[in-house]
Amino acid sequence: MLFYLTVILVCQLAGELIVVGLGLPMPGPVIGMILLFAGLVIRGGIPEGLTRVGDAFLSNLSLLFIPAGVGVVLHVGLIAQEARALGAALLGSTLIAIAVTGVLMHLLTRRQRARAGEGRGETGDRS
Amino acid sequence: MSAPASLTELWVYLAASPLTALTMTLIAYQCGMWISARAGFSPLANPVLLAVLLLVGLLLVTGTDYRTYFEGAQFVHFLLGPATVALALPLYRQIERVRRSALAITVSLLTGGAVAAATAVAIGAFFGAGPDILASLAPKSVTAAVAMGIADKLGGLPSLTAVLVMITGVIGATLGPLLLTLLGVRDPASRGLAIGTAAHGIGTARALQMSDLEGAFAGLAMGLNALATALLLPLVWGWIF
Repeated sequence: MLFYLTVILVCQLAGELIVVGLGLPMPGPVIGMILLFAGLVIRGGIPEGLTRVGDAFLSNLSLLFIPAGVGVVLHVGLIAQEARALGAALLGSTLIAIAVTGVLMHLLTRRQRARAGEGRGETGDRS
Repeated sequence: MSAPASLTELWVYLAASPLTALTMTLIAYQCGMWISARAGFSPLANPVLLAVLLLVGLLLVTGTDYRTYFEGAQFVHFLLGPATVALALPLYRQIERVRRSALAITVSLLTGGAVAAATAVAIGAFFGAGPDILASLAPKSVTAAVAMGIADKLGGLPSLTAVLVMITGVIGATLGPLLLTLLGVRDPASRGLAIGTAAHGIGTARALQMSDLEGAFAGLAMGLNALATALLLPLVWGWIF
């Protein structure tokens, strides 16, 4: 367990170093994710200990957004003042983006799905 | 240390300890999950939103400032980094799927990411938002850590962006699945990709609850959209403004 937690943190740290070193405009953990992914591809599988550590993080992912979200208290005034613009922009653009992305992907992969015969009962994929 | 003389002093003492904010965050999350379960996991009872509202209420009632709260909550906040790295797992589990759909993913994701930023700015401008607000709005579909960096580059307010990102995530996680069902998009790969592109980690957390496949595509979309937006948005912004 502790070994694989170390592996994850090493990937993140390496990601941060690459970002700072190369002056990339993206966050270190995203590069860390790519590094870990590359490691899994090279290794050709996920070690059991890593599954346990990784899934512990992912099954509680929602929790991790709470501290940043509470930061809303810092901007209550500004948000109230711009409520109409912000509300319309957030609601409108999020729904439009979901619709466009989902429908486009759905149309582009339709033939593929038909070929694979996955039209029915394609939900119970939980591991 | 002398014993606290009153309830107020006791609170002042407790509020200064990181343990209190950390514990409150976990309790608020448990409450959010409990209420969400009681509501039959209705997407309208989003546990993150409920927990945030509880904590904001608590801070306002007790007069505690955000910085004091964050002293303790940062231990939870820190774990976002390793959790992002761990998204490599669902991604790897779906590697075959991803490889087969590589072109469809690229096209859908770039289009969706561009639409998310462009519509946010257009709607905001239509309602008369100023340039700093628009710059804070543009990266709102991207995961918080990246979005704050982009907003800073565009001349926005990073801490406002963090909040807008959060609200975007809740909107996407709450209404996204419903909208996709109404549009007849039922395959988990397309649903996950859409929710991850538009609603980053909070959407991904929701998608992971549906299925591993949906979660994998959401996580993939979140990562790639963060990458694409971080690279392209500052360039495009420079041309337009």
